[in-house]
Amino acid sequence: MDKNHLQHQLDMKRSLLDQGYLDEQFIQLEELEDDDNPNFVEEMVTTFYANSARLLQNIEQALGSRPIDFTKLDNYMHQFKGSSSSIGATRVQKECTLFMEYCEAANAEGCIRTFRQVKQEHASLKTKLEDYFKLARQGGPSAGGQAGR
Amino acid sequence: MNPSNGKGSMPTASSSAAWKAGDVVPDQFPAGLRVLVVDDDPTCLVILEKMLRACRYEVTKCNRAEIALSLLRENKNGFDIVISDVHMPDMDGFKLLEDIGLEMDLPVIMMSADDGKNVVMKGVTHGACDYLIKPVRIEALKNIWQHVVRKRKNEWRELEQSGSVEEGDRQQKPCDDLDYSSSANEGNWKSSKKRKDEEEETEERDDSSTLKKPRVVWSVELHQQFVAAVNQLGIDKAVPKKILELMNVPGLTRENVASHLQKYRLYLRRLSGVSQHHSSLNNSFMSPEASFGPMSSLNGLDLQTLAVTGQLPAQSLANLQAAGLGRSTAKSGIPMPLVDQRNLFSFENPKSRFVEGQQQHLSSSKPMNLLHGIPTTMEPKQLASLHQSAQSLGNMNVQVNSHGAQSSSLLMQMAKTQSRGHILNESAGSHLPSLPSSIGQPIMSNGIAGGVIGRNEIGDNGRGTGYNNQVAQTSSMLSFPMNHTTELVGNSFPIGSTPGISNVTSKGAFHEEVSSEIKSSAGFVSSYDIFNDLHPEKSQEWELQNVGLHFNASQNANPVQGNLDVSPSVLVHQGYSSRQGSGQNRNISALGRTMFSGVEATGQGNAQIMDQQLSNLIVDNPVRVKYERFSDTSSQNALFADHFGQEDLMSALLKQQQGNTGPAEPDFDFDGYSIDNIPV
Repeated sequence: MDKNHLQHQLDMKRSLLDQGYLDEQFIQLEELEDDDNPNFVEEMVTTFYANSARLLQNIEQALGSRPIDFTKLDNYMHQFKGSSSSIGATRVQKECTLFMEYCEAANAEGCIRTFRQVKQEHASLKTKLEDYFKLARQGGPSAGGQAGR
Repeated sequence: MNPSNGKGSMPTASSSAAWKAGDVVPDQFPAGLRVLVVDDDPTCLVILEKMLRACRYEVTKCNRAEIALSLLRENKNGFDIVISDVHMPDMDGFKLLEDIGLEMDLPVIMMSADDGKNVVMKGVTHGACDYLIKPVRIEALKNIWQHVVRKRKNEWRELEQSGSVEEGDRQQKPCDDLDYSSSANEGNWKSSKKRKDEEEETEERDDSSTLKKPRVVWSVELHQQFVAAVNQLGIDKAVPKKILELMNVPGLTRENVASHLQKYRLYLRRLSGVSQHHSSLNNSFMSPEASFGPMSSLNGLDLQTLAVTGQLPAQSLANLQAAGLGRSTAKSGIPMPLVDQRNLFSFENPKSRFVEGQQQHLSSSKPMNLLHGIPTTMEPKQLASLHQSAQSLGNMNVQVNSHGAQSSSLLMQMAKTQSRGHILNESAGSHLPSLPSSIGQPIMSNGIAGGVIGRNEIGDNGRGTGYNNQVAQTSSMLSFPMNHTTELVGNSFPIGSTPGISNVTSKGAFHEEVSSEIKSSAGFVSSYDIFNDLHPEKSQEWELQNVGLHFNASQNANPVQGNLDVSPSVLVHQGYSSRQGSGQNRNISALGRTMFSGVEATGQGNAQIMDQQLSNLIVDNPVRVKYERFSDTSSQNALFADHFGQEDLMSALLKQQQGNTGPAEPDFDFDGYSIDNIPV
């Protein structure tokens, strides 16, 4: 294992944590990795993004319908938020919470605006994680797991 | 613990107690804890699974609530705990929670990204044993096993409280305190019961049961009193204060009543979907005499329903119909659940009927026909129903737990009475019958019966006395090992009725069955969710058996019955303890756990029969009797057999029923009949 590589990976992760992109949950996921599931976290993130795309689409559609069904929006976002929280996507979660507050207030504009932010954070995190995992893979088979420790 | 032979040597209290106290939990516990996790989000689901595996639990995941329910139904004893998301597309998590609580009585943990107080409170009121906020960390999952242990303990405790535990119940006490402290149980019947226990437990075991704090235990008889009061006031106008006044139970507070009323209302609502069927049944229940007529019809109804729902095996249905409908033995008359609340326990009625029918079959062929002997008077019928009820109670109780706790208690009582049936039949006919017959009687009779039954074991009808004399009677009934019929006769069940029941000729055999059932029910009386935990921890298995009714089946004339020694409480625990359960534990839960534990043990054949029995019983109980097939426990069966000799009973019963069809695979998946299924 390339020490520099590992270090690099660790630094990246630290940075993501510090900036609030990720939280403790992500660390926990990494700790769950073992020899049987060496790429567990990456797999989870991939699953998340695949599933969340669908959820975001639902929200998008619901936002586009008139009149807006805020209850439905709230439910969708709730699902999305739960999913995001499971991988430790903190910033995304924050936007979700904000969105749901607007839903409760039946503030359509607030919802639409916040939704844009949700998508933004969601996409931004995806990029960062892709870089992170690439680095992890390059670092060696156990790079990811080790980085987590 | 593998009971080498059935007769009664149940590992008893010591083992169970040990388990209860937590000291002897299997070594590897909580590793191997069987968790079912339900979440529609694939990411969360996989992560949870991974985390749970990291805790060394055995995980099954599913993303749909319906799938989860069917998984649970198929493997009655296949899981120890369920973790479910709150927001799911196909079914509300709370609804799933309720269903599980009623049908399987397993501890359920809710989880959600929503941490609002209201949602968490909802979890509590619906009976969740814990609520986790997402993202769920592994630390939170590491300790979920405590809920399993706690539940078992509570059940154990309840069994004891019901007087079923003769030995080793003391051990339970310490556990209770521990359990009680867990706020997680608040939502459950059990916990509420426990609480109530503390408050009004006086009558039965004053210090007893382990409650350090006064908890109100909604025993069968107490519940019956409650139901009677509610009926008297009218469900719409029943307010806690008035109910409390009517009940006139010392030590009971308005708060106890209020929370119980809330649950009861939920239960009623749940039943309302079924009430159509049952209402008729209920009515019949109410009037013992009259009921027979309607009962039969109801039986038919129920049977049909049950049959349809799959809970009632066709054969059973036939049997029941034949038996019950015919009301020959007054089975029909006995509203199992004595539930006055006609509608409330409507499903119980069906069950009872079913039970009756079943019993009839059973008894008919064998001396056990308790019912046959029963004179037309209500009493006997009641007795019969009691028996049936007992059986069904066993089953029912399980189900009934949540809302049906009431019914279950009733049933249990009935079951108890039935079990005592032996006793009842002989001597008292009256005693037992009273239970069922007096439907009119406030549920108390049920409760009494149940309660009494429980007590009998212990010999102290504490509960009963407190609430109903009848209860006391029932207890007497229960207490006797099948051989003693006399006691039953005297007392108890009078629910209103009829001492006439005494004729319930439950011939010993039946009693045994009944007793076993009752035992289980007895166990139930106290804890609605006694059946929850049939964990397969083997070690504990037998403890349960000892608890509650110790039916000495051996006494019964019927060879089959042989040793029912299954004390409800014991049975219940059986479920608990025997993880291995293959059948035992599971079964127990089905029947109310206690009843059939013995059955299971008896080995396959018996088990099957028991299953049948159970199924029958279970079928009867719309209340979602968790029918747990015992059949799977070959080893378990051994256990039971030894201890309970139930298998004999069961086999006898079943045989009669099935015409010795042998192990009718209990393929009832009672879900059909469960209250949930009934569109409310």
